[in-house]
Amino acid sequence: MTPRLLAVLTALFLGVFLGPAAAAVASGHPAGMHGGPTLSSVAQDSEESLQGTLRGPDREAVSGVTVTVTQDGAEVGSTTTGDDGRWTVPVPGPGAYTVTLDTSGLPEGVAPRTVGGDVLDEVVVRPGASQGVIFQLGEGEPDDGTGGGGSFDWGRAAQLLVEGIKFGAIIAITAVGLSLVFGTTKLINFAHGEFVTIGAVAAFFLSTSPGNLPLVLAAVLAMVVAAVVSGGFEVAMWRPLRNRGTGLIQMFIVAIGLALLLRHVVLIVFGSRRRQYDEYTLQQAWDLGLFRITPRDLTITLLSFAIMLAVALMLQRTQIGKAMRAVNDNSDLARASGIDVERVILVVWILGGALAGLGGVFFGLTQAVYPEMGFALLLLMFAAVILGGLGSAYGAMIGALVIGVVSQMSTLWFPASLQYMWALLAMIIVLLVRPQGILGRRERVG
Amino acid sequence: MDFLAILTNALRGALGPEAAIYALAAVGLNVHFGYTGLLNFGQVGFMLVGAYGTAISVLSFELPLGVGVLVGIACAVVLALILGIPTLRLRGDYLAIATIAAAEVLRYLYRSEWAEPLTGGVFGLKQFADGFFELNPFTGALDLGPFDFSARALWLMVVAWSAALLAAGFVGLLVHSPWGRVLRSVREDELAARSLGKNVFAYKMQSLVLGGVFGAIAGSLLAVNSQSLNPDSFMPIITFYLWTIMILGGASRVMGPILGSVVFWFLLTFLDSFLRQAIGAGLIPSSVLAPSDIGAVRFAAVGLGLMLLMIFRPAGLIGNQKELRLDVR
Amino acid sequence: MSGEHETSGEEVLHEREELAQAEHAIAESSPSVGAVRAAEALADVEPVPGVAKLDPILVADNVSRHFGGVRAVEVDHLEVQRGTITALIGPNGAGKSTFFNLVTGFDQPDSGSWSFDGTDITGTSAYRIARLGMVRTFQLTKALMRLTTLENVMLGATAQRGERMLVAPLRMVWKRQERDIEQRSDELLERFRLSHMRDEYAGTMSGGQRKLLEMARALMVNPSMVMLDEPMAGVNPALTQSLLGHIQALRDEGMTIVLVEHDMDVIMSISDWIVCFAEGKVIAEGRPSDIRTNRAVIDAYLGARRALPDRADTPKPVTEDET
Repeated sequence: MTPRLLAVLTALFLGVFLGPAAAAVASGHPAGMHGGPTLSSVAQDSEESLQGTLRGPDREAVSGVTVTVTQDGAEVGSTTTGDDGRWTVPVPGPGAYTVTLDTSGLPEGVAPRTVGGDVLDEVVVRPGASQGVIFQLGEGEPDDGTGGGGSFDWGRAAQLLVEGIKFGAIIAITAVGLSLVFGTTKLINFAHGEFVTIGAVAAFFLSTSPGNLPLVLAAVLAMVVAAVVSGGFEVAMWRPLRNRGTGLIQMFIVAIGLALLLRHVVLIVFGSRRRQYDEYTLQQAWDLGLFRITPRDLTITLLSFAIMLAVALMLQRTQIGKAMRAVNDNSDLARASGIDVERVILVVWILGGALAGLGGVFFGLTQAVYPEMGFALLLLMFAAVILGGLGSAYGAMIGALVIGVVSQMSTLWFPASLQYMWALLAMIIVLLVRPQGILGRRERVG
Repeated sequence: MDFLAILTNALRGALGPEAAIYALAAVGLNVHFGYTGLLNFGQVGFMLVGAYGTAISVLSFELPLGVGVLVGIACAVVLALILGIPTLRLRGDYLAIATIAAAEVLRYLYRSEWAEPLTGGVFGLKQFADGFFELNPFTGALDLGPFDFSARALWLMVVAWSAALLAAGFVGLLVHSPWGRVLRSVREDELAARSLGKNVFAYKMQSLVLGGVFGAIAGSLLAVNSQSLNPDSFMPIITFYLWTIMILGGASRVMGPILGSVVFWFLLTFLDSFLRQAIGAGLIPSSVLAPSDIGAVRFAAVGLGLMLLMIFRPAGLIGNQKELRLDVR
Repeated sequence: MSGEHETSGEEVLHEREELAQAEHAIAESSPSVGAVRAAEALADVEPVPGVAKLDPILVADNVSRHFGGVRAVEVDHLEVQRGTITALIGPNGAGKSTFFNLVTGFDQPDSGSWSFDGTDITGTSAYRIARLGMVRTFQLTKALMRLTTLENVMLGATAQRGERMLVAPLRMVWKRQERDIEQRSDELLERFRLSHMRDEYAGTMSGGQRKLLEMARALMVNPSMVMLDEPMAGVNPALTQSLLGHIQALRDEGMTIVLVEHDMDVIMSISDWIVCFAEGKVIAEGRPSDIRTNRAVIDAYLGARRALPDRADTPKPVTEDET
């Protein structure tokens, strides 16, 4: 991702035809005119708001700090954080808002983790939603992202590398299912992201009220839920469709419909808010010299790697794993040699669903639980799977780690809001250079 | 419950400018998928560059709106070339993922702070289509009993529906020519087309550009329609809407997308109005469904509709069922 | 080599000899113009791999292609004589189809060069090769399902004005040419006895009809050389005869035919020249009578029958239309 390429892309899309003079946008938009999504005639009568809880580096609540919400430069509302660090600002309607934290009110030695971290200028409020806003606070003076006087900040790089590996590992365990399903059925399962969401949401309901189970137990049950949903659709829908001889493109579009359906059913049940699990949210990070990591994140990363290893061992050593690889290579041949292909495919769906559900819990723990989380992850999973080579489970794992690291490390140089963009661009560039992916095979013609 | 009001609303939705704009974008998608078999899941990206090309030309470079639309079209051509060169040689399913990713990349890019001087970032752009409304020949609102359309809406409807119908007619001319025959042969089997001396890549590229241009015009009209523009209006879900519209009407049918859009928006607005009325009248307790959930219900309904269509009537309303039975792939 | 192997080789040789005599008798009874011409052209050619021909239309040099670590094709030198029916034979995975794909531009070799009709076409894209006059068919028939039979054939015509996007909406520009193409297509459909299917979707045709359609479509390109990948596969015996008749008729009209085929009876009866592949290499070539008694050919077939098929080297039974 060279700056040159970036410049080219930017120039091309933002008006290369209009000459190099990048004049500033004519100012003086009538303020107050609402600029939210205008495509759909969404409900305007509902109560949108922005809210959050301000926490310091040790996760303790920070009170008495002013938060101001503006839109197009005009103030929409302002409030002060309460004793529990909570704040809420109602807004007139859905749209994009800028939320500013008054840093002068912060306690001594507490500052935004990054320069500009006190202004969040792309907060989108969806219809009827109470959008959560998180200001990331750290210790001391803000880090300006380049390590001060232009020299490379190795400490931050190491920290981001670790974050990237963690994120990549989570993508990896969710992407395994996507890859295995593609390998065995040739279906690009667009609804795979929803299994992630379903897992995360199931664990949320099980671990908070009404379930009130310990999160570890809830996570295991969430895996079961996601596996049942995943396997259920295989039995009730995908298998009959395959037996009917439905075309792959047709099934792909069915999967898109299913994804829309599931995501919005979850949205109705769960609401659009980003929520956190009750447990393991407030943790003191361990300082491991080069980087800091919370015990939770370390556990998640190690568990994810253990799962990847287990999946690899299963594929190599066990009967069912070998059968999966055989079906992956050539399902007709596998069927002819006595493998119960339908059973193998069912196991793949169940396994893939369970791992996606667990990935959802992990993602919810490290970030937040919200209905769009699955779709956000889905594109990254696709990127991982394509990077590694469609249908190769090992390729998907490697691809996921690359995607995770690329998206996190990009924030060393580029705005954090663009981190997913780099991951997707990486995928497109790999497609250019090596269409079969890192571990994929070139296929024969005719 | 006021059923007349629900019906009027639904009809208004079916005939309104949005239905026309979506129809136009779906005509483009039909060129891609219906006739060439390209799995373009990034049509919204073409709409985005079209809309922004238009708005930026007007706001930043003070060009007339008409020129702005041409700039938007040029942006779509460039996007098609950039996107097509790497992806059109790939297998269809790769193309699907690459296009949806490309559309998202564009959205991230346009809303980023880098692009803010031109695109306005997350704040978007406003008031760039005055030139369009100055040309409005309609002076008063149209009042037809339960229907009434403002002069503004009427002007947009006339322009948007004309554009959609013209586009469909043009596509009709094209696909019933030898060019269209090659396009359809590429859809059926590109290796066979190549073995007969057809430059498959060039045809796919032409198809991508043509359909993308329709998408860009639709994007421009969308921007004009609301006089405001925001990158987050161009979410992937728009593309899924377009797919539903195309399949509902009947893919690889010239008038399929037009019919599809009318029916789609009728059903969608009907559902919307109906739920609103039902909740308002207490027929659906608000504990089950709050008014703020209606948006989600409607997305879910689109998803369910797309699934059912694809499973039970993949040829859509006017598609050729016989043709579809031959689809062995 | 074991004694047992020797014996069975001997037996096969004997069997083949008998068969040959029977077939020879049939062929002698009615040698066609093309067959005579081809036999004359090849009369003085030594039956050794890589031998030079009098008037080669296709010449390949050092063409190699590897899949992973497996050698799929490694041809040092091969020439195809103009106006003949040349068959490529060899056990499964011998590299015949891959060689086909390489020379027609559907696959890229790791190395090598080849020329067609005196023009170097190394690395030329598939559609350009087709336009030059070398047209191929596919092992798995590629009928364009949702086009009518007539449209399938009309598509084959080259240099169609209406195929250019900017001209396509202007009907008057291409109307006349379109009518001519339609007429030529109808003649071809008549010749291949497909006229009754003219306006039906090609997807409704039987396997054998599709093979005929594919051949008719290929002829619309006006090729000087047709490459047929297993034209008889999946065709019922009644149609096989008619297909063979068509192939021979094309040769008699002066066209060069190269075909990959597994049915030995078919090959021996219609080929003027046979090239045998094994493990990617050309191990033998010659007239049917030479091949029948060729030691290397028999070993290759027997060897292949004994050893378990190497999975990586075997073409996938179902190859989707991926590039």
